[in-house]
Amino acid sequence: MKGEIYRVAGPVVTIQGIKPKMYDVVHVGHEGLMGEVIRIKGDKATVQVYEDTSGIKPGEPVVNTGMSLSVELGPGLLESIYDGIQRPLKVLQEKMGDFIDRGVTANGLDRDKVWEFKPIVSSGDDLKAGEIIGVVQETENIEHKIMVPPNVSGKVSEIKSGKFKVDETICILTNGTELAMMQKWPVRLPRPVNKKFIPKRPLITGQRILDGLFPVAKGGTAAIPGPFGSGKTVTQQQLAKWSDTDIVVYIGCGERGNEMADVLNEFPELQDPKTGRPLMERTVLIANTSNMPVAAREASVYTGITIAEYYRDMGYDVSLMADSSSRWAEAMREISSRLEEMPGEEGYPAYLSARLSEFYERSGAVSSLSGEEGSITVIGAVSPPGGDFSEPVTQNTLRIVKVFWALDAKLAQRRHFPSINWLTSYSLYTQGLSEWFAENVAPDWVPLRDNAMDMLQQESELQEIVQLVGSDALPENQQLILEICRMIREYFLQQNAFHPVDTYCPFDKQYKLLKAISKYSEMAQAALESGIPMKDILSLESKDELAKVKFEEDFDSALDVVLTKMDKEFAALGGN
Amino acid sequence: MTKEYKTIIEISGPLIFLEKTEPVGYGELVHINLPDGTSKRGQVLDTSADIVAVQVFEGTGGLNEEAGVVFTGETIKLPVSKDMLGRILSGSGEPLDGGPRIVPEQRVDVNGASMNPYSRKPPEDFIQTGISTIDGTNTLVRGQKLPIFSGSGLPHNEIALQIARQSKVPGSTEDFAVVFAAMGITNEEAQYFMEDFEKTGALERAVVFLNLADDPAVERIITPRMALTAAEYLAYEHNMHVLVILTDITNYCEALRQMGAAREEVPGRRGYPGYMYTDLASLYERAGVIKGRKGSVTQFSILTMPGDDITHPIPDLSGYITEGQIVVSRELHRKGVYPPINVLPSLSRLMNSGIGDGKTRDDHKAVSDQMYAAYAEGRDLRGLVAIVGKEALSERDQRILEFADLFEDRFVRQGRDEDRSIEGTLDVAWEILSELPESLLTRVDNKYIEKYHPAHKSN
Ligand SMILES: Nc1ncnc2c1ncn2[C@@H]1O[C@H](COP(=O)(O)OP(=O)(O)OP(=O)(O)O)[C@@H](O)[C@H]1O
Ligand SMILES: [Mg+2]
Repeated sequence: MKGEIYRVAGPVVTIQGIKPKMYDVVHVGHEGLMGEVIRIKGDKATVQVYEDTSGIKPGEPVVNTGMSLSVELGPGLLESIYDGIQRPLKVLQEKMGDFIDRGVTANGLDRDKVWEFKPIVSSGDDLKAGEIIGVVQETENIEHKIMVPPNVSGKVSEIKSGKFKVDETICILTNGTELAMMQKWPVRLPRPVNKKFIPKRPLITGQRILDGLFPVAKGGTAAIPGPFGSGKTVTQQQLAKWSDTDIVVYIGCGERGNEMADVLNEFPELQDPKTGRPLMERTVLIANTSNMPVAAREASVYTGITIAEYYRDMGYDVSLMADSSSRWAEAMREISSRLEEMPGEEGYPAYLSARLSEFYERSGAVSSLSGEEGSITVIGAVSPPGGDFSEPVTQNTLRIVKVFWALDAKLAQRRHFPSINWLTSYSLYTQGLSEWFAENVAPDWVPLRDNAMDMLQQESELQEIVQLVGSDALPENQQLILEICRMIREYFLQQNAFHPVDTYCPFDKQYKLLKAISKYSEMAQAALESGIPMKDILSLESKDELAKVKFEEDFDSALDVVLTKMDKEFAALGGN
Repeated sequence: MTKEYKTIIEISGPLIFLEKTEPVGYGELVHINLPDGTSKRGQVLDTSADIVAVQVFEGTGGLNEEAGVVFTGETIKLPVSKDMLGRILSGSGEPLDGGPRIVPEQRVDVNGASMNPYSRKPPEDFIQTGISTIDGTNTLVRGQKLPIFSGSGLPHNEIALQIARQSKVPGSTEDFAVVFAAMGITNEEAQYFMEDFEKTGALERAVVFLNLADDPAVERIITPRMALTAAEYLAYEHNMHVLVILTDITNYCEALRQMGAAREEVPGRRGYPGYMYTDLASLYERAGVIKGRKGSVTQFSILTMPGDDITHPIPDLSGYITEGQIVVSRELHRKGVYPPINVLPSLSRLMNSGIGDGKTRDDHKAVSDQMYAAYAEGRDLRGLVAIVGKEALSERDQRILEFADLFEDRFVRQGRDEDRSIEGTLDVAWEILSELPESLLTRVDNKYIEKYHPAHKSN
């Protein structure tokens, strides 16, 4: 049966003459532009097209592939950069030059590359769905586990070993099924797991305000909403760089081309703090920038999470950053309005909330079908219009995620970075992770942190008074609180992502830094009580020097010097 | 192909609807011949076997069912050539300067394909504009898109011209050009630009597209695309460094809104189309540098914020796409400070890649951060002083308060023709920072204090 185009209106094309299923991938027009069926009505079907439709005419042919939009999973995903529908941008560049033309298909995985496959099962073995049958060394540190697809099982009749291309048969089951290293999976369908756990381990990010005050768990969800220029992308990139996960999937969804170029430029140069290998070796990038077709932007988020699930199934800790989930929601809105669907709040489709929760639900700490334990941590940037958090995407997201990192334009304007507001942000994992922190950081870490939070809370109340009467009118002990809080903010919370040393702060250093501030705080309070003038306490050199220890290459000895000086200075003040 | 249809069944706002055509391509360029012999141009917005919708660039005034419609079979193209330099064209690319038509070296689709992110080279070449609040605290680099967010009646045109005049990459002698596109600005404003271009000889290196306030609004939708197409051509085919000035983005967005309303679309925030982000991105993202090619496209567009409101959808969506913004402040303007740039809400996201040792100076970042922190605090204190008086401030706070004044007076303020070198800018910065106690310079590494602080430098 041959189909044809009935109507073209931007990225939405109506076709007739064939009977596709929902979400079938079709090729439309003489150039065979790729699209996906998103509505069926009578003898017509509506297709969202992933490429520019200029010049396409009614009457041009349509071919149905009969398959849903799927990604190719197998060795070679790492270090790749894809568009929203898993076309490698590098291949597109080779085929069409520096500007993205259309009608070009490109395989997600390189068909020519040869990988060394080492089987771990033997013929006669019974294979469950999802079971690991062998391994491939994908990058220096990542052993890629080749798994039986989640919908296949059976007994091994033949298993091979040696060098293969991704689509060559490496295993044959007695029922005749042939398995290759590569498998395909429809992006809109979550890959099944055995069981989900409550996340119990923190994602260590090396960012003080995140690890320290508002930690996210491995397998958890976090949202980072903020107006333009407040630090969503920098924070997401910091997470992609420094988080202690095995695999990072970074989705540039409807954002800037230069930001992706930057990642591509930087990641091969930077070292994974855990392994010392280039960061790129653990990273998959998906770049569907703002000027690339919106339908592919809509798909990019699914492409990314499916790849993340695949590595999770191998037993890896994966973190996925989506920058920005708002652009994804807008893509949905744009398509929905072209379909003339009944709009919900602010023109977003009524299913916005459902789509968002389905997406974040694909995170989690799990026991996979292969029996391995892995996790996906999902961190979504949200770009609320006018920075107003009451808009639908932010609100629907906050109903789902467990961690809220609220970016604040006021902080960004005064170059307090990361400009995460410590009063409005929260993490619902703080409690559950306390035990881990006590065991792995320091027994007094939790009280230390809670105390700092407490002080900051007090500060905001005191600030209100200061706004009315000036700080000099406050009693001295309250002035001291203000000063300690300034230290917490400037010395501890502020962290310059672009400083070679301070960009990444190991937990041990975070602890020592906060502890040092707390030490000053305690000694200062004692001194004040014993009658030493406030002015003298505040003018200690060691206090100002503490500001800069975080920038020191040799942090520990720099800190020692300052702390020793602090003891001396306080002793010199006399008092008790 | 030149078949003329007289099958218009509806005219509504800038749109016409036709039936019984042969298959027509989406986005195709359309000629509409009026009974009086004149003609208009349009573009296909929606095409089906039964009905075709066309948006008419010059507006539908004077059109009726009698008009004949010819589908050209191709999308809108701009004839491009190096000879465009020095020419003044209409908002849809026709010569306005009485000169000959452009003899094309190529004809290029004005929509421009999207640049493959993989082909992009991260911008990093420092452009010295000679303006301290840009070079010092919001550095512009080649290939960046950095708009001016201004308000009506503020001197954004002067700032843009000063930048167009003074911009250079220190030490570079490469070819440069300016592409200027006016969208809906008044004739007087356009004259102001043209005179300056002529006076300074910049016109020879410029391509000018003019869609003025009394030109049809719909045409504004293609004007910036024409301009960017010309810019890309000069940059990538002729290795030139092109500075694109689009003014005023706000008028462009109004045209977009008008079109959306005519198409009876479900409006988004404040009546602007839901796809305005994507549409604006298709303009702004056409800035950049490509690996292995010499030229670059830098965008320095002007946008007037309705009601000075930065959360209005036009500046808001722009800010989400561009690589920062330079914000012009009415308050500073009233105080008589030129250029009245408020650095606090201003930002250049690519600053970090364009500054530092070997590019500007090693202390650049630290100095900039320190000035921001102190100025921000100083401005807050001004609010406080208004309530409690200066005496209620601590010694520290008083110094910071004074810094804010110094900053506006010495760092921000400069002459309309004053072209400060980057060293000059950083020296002014140190002069005013040295008025603060050293213990307050927490953002600056000690090594820079020793190297550049006037108190240390001299001994
Ligand atoms: N941790 C940080 N350290 C230093 N600078 C930062 C940090 N976070 C943000 N910035 C500064 O803020 C600028 C804007 O940050 P970023 O690009 O992440 O904003 P955004 O929220 O992603 O904006 P948009 O929504 O427009 O994409 C950066 O270019 C950088 O100058
Ligand atoms: Mg961003």
